[in-house]
Amino acid sequence: MNWLTKTLGSSIGKKLMMAVTGLSFCGFLAVHLAGNLTIYGGKDAFNSYAEHLHSLGPLITAAEIVLLVFALVHVLTGLTLFYQNLAARPVRYRINRSAGGRTIGSGTMPYTGIFLLIFVVLHLMNFHFVDKTDTTIYNLVSAAFSRPLLVVFYIVAMVVAAIHVSHGLWSAFQTMGASHPKYTPFIKALSTVFAILVGIGFGFLPIYISIIA
Amino acid sequence: MTKTINLTLKVWRQKSPKDKGHFETYHARNISTDMSFLEMLDVINEQLTLDGREPIAFDHDCREGICGMCGAVVNGRPHGPEKETTLCQLHMRHFKDGDVLAIEPWRARAFKVVKDLVMDRTPLDEIMQAGGYISVNAGSAPDANTIPVPAETAELAMDAAQCIGCGACVAACPNASAMLFVGAKVSHLALLPQGRPEAARRAIRMIREMDNLGFGNCSNETECEAECPKGISITNIARLNREFFKASFFASEK
Repeated sequence: MNWLTKTLGSSIGKKLMMAVTGLSFCGFLAVHLAGNLTIYGGKDAFNSYAEHLHSLGPLITAAEIVLLVFALVHVLTGLTLFYQNLAARPVRYRINRSAGGRTIGSGTMPYTGIFLLIFVVLHLMNFHFVDKTDTTIYNLVSAAFSRPLLVVFYIVAMVVAAIHVSHGLWSAFQTMGASHPKYTPFIKALSTVFAILVGIGFGFLPIYISIIA
Repeated sequence: MTKTINLTLKVWRQKSPKDKGHFETYHARNISTDMSFLEMLDVINEQLTLDGREPIAFDHDCREGICGMCGAVVNGRPHGPEKETTLCQLHMRHFKDGDVLAIEPWRARAFKVVKDLVMDRTPLDEIMQAGGYISVNAGSAPDANTIPVPAETAELAMDAAQCIGCGACVAACPNASAMLFVGAKVSHLALLPQGRPEAARRAIRMIREMDNLGFGNCSNETECEAECPKGISITNIARLNREFFKASFFASEK
């Protein structure tokens, strides 16, 4: 397995791991958003979506394990790259100026990433690792978002997530070598559209719940 | 009468690789706007010499924008603010009277500052060496077009081969990554039939050498492409990634 660890341990290999796990999370976000939209169908629609999801049993456990492993890979590799990239320029410039290549997304990836990690942990503590025996997920969600502070925190987190994926999505394709005069403009546009969908799609949910709750 | 301007320069001065280094302020007076940036530094240096002070050390050779020897970061921009222009081809007419310019060497762990604005770009040569040879007939010159290469492919290879190895991509990269340089060098051979036999070994060895030398990791910020004096595109980085994956996962090369 020497060649494999050498390949994945190289700079491009680490980026490949970031790309594959990152793209998987984009897929997860799309599914998660689709599921969450059932909230607009009302209390029963949302609760029955959650029930159906949990009735999948071992499939859900398997998916959770994969997500956890991917998250560990994404976070640890990301932190390694962040550290290495800082170390690659021990003396900084007196003046830093962009030539126009950087975007708000690309320039903030490690910071938005660390923020999202904190968000995900808090999010799981809010809605996943809680006792649900005497209550439904809908009740939990509407109770949580009756707190204005939490609504604001979630909206901020979703804007941060949108910024993160706006660079992450097309960057993953570039890293995997998928650059093509015909498809790259489409992939870049898709990144922007997906980022907006994530930001507005998830970001509006806490507002909606706090209004109807 | 040529137009002249006055500038304030804050120049990085460093006696030796071990010296900590600092900025020193100089006043450049009556600088003709027809001068190149390096000629402006020449004028400063003449005055410094007359004053009995140490002139500013900077690298240069052809002064025609094709050798890749010159380069400094001017107000945060490698080779200055003009697109696809090396420092020697940057003219003072692009600056305004009274401008304050911070002039620094390329900053990267892999490039040691030798003196002032001169840094050691040997690591780029070491990456090239790690790439190794290509198999060509060393006998008499072959007939033209014995190996067919589509004009479009030849153009892409030429675009990549335009890289002059100045290292502005490393200087511009927020991560001090050399991926545009390596991407260009791998691409210009990978695109041509003459470069295919050793393509796998070349991709793997050059990336390994790049990593060993302490360059950063590419995070697709695309600053390199925007600053490259030869306008080399990041599609070459994507091609390098493809070549590396092909070599690592499908070739027998270890």
